[in-house]
Amino acid sequence: MDEWPKISDIANRVQSGELKPIDLVKKSIGIIDQKAEYRAVISSMEERAMHRATEIENRIGRGGNIGRLAGVPFIAKDNFLTLGGETTAASNILRGFRAPYQATVIERLEAEGAICIAKSNLDAFAHGSSTENSDWFTTKNPHDKSRVPGGSSGGSAAAVILNMVPFALGTDTGGSIRLPASFVGAVGVKPTYGLVSRSGVVAMASSTDVVGPLTTNVEDASLILDIIAGKDSMDSTTIEREESYLNTGDGLRGKRVGIISEYLNDGLDSGVRSVIDKAIDKIKSAGATISRVSLPNLPLSLASYYIICPAEVSSNLSRYDGQRFGYSHRDSNDLAESYELSREKGFGAEAKRRIMIGTYVLSSGYYDAYYKKAQLVRTKIINEFSEVFKNQDLLIGPTSPTVAFKIGDRVKDPLKMYLADMMTVGANMSGNPAMSIPAGNSNGLPVGLQLIGPMRGDRQMLAAAQSFEGLE
Amino acid sequence: MSRLSRDDVLKLARLSRLKLSDDEVERFQSELSNILDYVETLQSVETDNLEPTSQVTGLTNVMRKDELIDYQASTDALLENAPEIQDHQIKVKRILG
Repeated sequence: MDEWPKISDIANRVQSGELKPIDLVKKSIGIIDQKAEYRAVISSMEERAMHRATEIENRIGRGGNIGRLAGVPFIAKDNFLTLGGETTAASNILRGFRAPYQATVIERLEAEGAICIAKSNLDAFAHGSSTENSDWFTTKNPHDKSRVPGGSSGGSAAAVILNMVPFALGTDTGGSIRLPASFVGAVGVKPTYGLVSRSGVVAMASSTDVVGPLTTNVEDASLILDIIAGKDSMDSTTIEREESYLNTGDGLRGKRVGIISEYLNDGLDSGVRSVIDKAIDKIKSAGATISRVSLPNLPLSLASYYIICPAEVSSNLSRYDGQRFGYSHRDSNDLAESYELSREKGFGAEAKRRIMIGTYVLSSGYYDAYYKKAQLVRTKIINEFSEVFKNQDLLIGPTSPTVAFKIGDRVKDPLKMYLADMMTVGANMSGNPAMSIPAGNSNGLPVGLQLIGPMRGDRQMLAAAQSFEGLE
Repeated sequence: MSRLSRDDVLKLARLSRLKLSDDEVERFQSELSNILDYVETLQSVETDNLEPTSQVTGLTNVMRKDELIDYQASTDALLENAPEIQDHQIKVKRILG
């Protein structure tokens, strides 16, 4: 069987000597090769992985205690800096880039004995909802090869469902962990903003970027969050963590669960609606108090996001100038032309769109009307979340208005692609923790239930998710 | 009528340090205009007496001691990614005339 046991089980069996880290690495690489047609992976880190596996095996042989992820293989989205391979963010401008240091989260996972096997595909610089904006190739949905896996962490989500690894890392700026989790039937967690370090992660929109796990079950996701969460001196936006993210007890009985009315409005696919309705019934019968809640300004999140995000993107992508690292156009008359040609050839269409929109909304004369206005609307959205959470422990709704769409369906209309994030961006604008968990199928394609927790309430959100997962 | 003129797009491209092809100028003129029309919906939202939000967890001015830390990245590893180096330094086009 290809399926992996629970992560804690793998680590225990590695520690006891029953499983060999090298065999786990080989198994993982074997499945990656066997499922290559889905194009989930950009590059392999086999050499470094084998080296680490040998090292861990030797330490166990000497009686060493490895950690909670002893020998557990994982895949990182290709916007995490890793040693022993390339980091490209699926962008031409970073082709061949070899990171001189690793992301804090990679270090934390390795410190517990995890082994990074490969880097997964994404929309270039995480700009997109389908992986079709990748400068390399499009990842295919494990349930239907003619459909997208969602994005931007589509490679990581697909890799987990294809059993390549027990867990993968993603980033979520507007829904990039939750949307693909929903489209492939994975568990995907976007922690509270600031809970996980972004040091060594290719920056997209710094006021909403977060790092989180993709897994096949909630227990594994909680364990990974428990290992990566917490302050980091290399990322000054990190916040204090809760003591533990591991679940204890019932997360639904006696809890107040609000259904977000705005997410059940028109535009919601009827097949998705019926899966969500059934999920709500199950949560009710598990002993939660269900009510309808309204956040009237929540639908404005998307327009607000598509001002704030490009503004921050235009700033973060200014570092790619073709002079210090990345693609460099050498045949130019002067420095200015070298910048312009390096960026013109190095960036794909979506990066260019966002850079130019960002430049527009930040430029003098438009700043107040666009950027500042979006930040004011953001305040309104935050206030609505705070108000609603005075009387609720958890909010729920669909993760996406539709199931996975067909490859090619939206890529020609950028605005239509943006609409895929309609139900996920709200939690990015406010910073609240949110996650997607499989709730059922519509015409054979997975539907995700979205859970949104109060600020810094990641643990109670995960506990509720784990209780939901156990319901028949 | 598009919100953005051809000249607007060329100006944005210049500010963004992008040398767009003619096809791209035409394509972006319509695509960027559509996106701006969409985000325009915010203009009618009432936002009196609110403060703009740029940071959601309330952190301000996070300070650290001004001291050297032992970090993983070596100068050599950093220079390996540079397109052109000379005498252990990154070489760029002439800046002064």
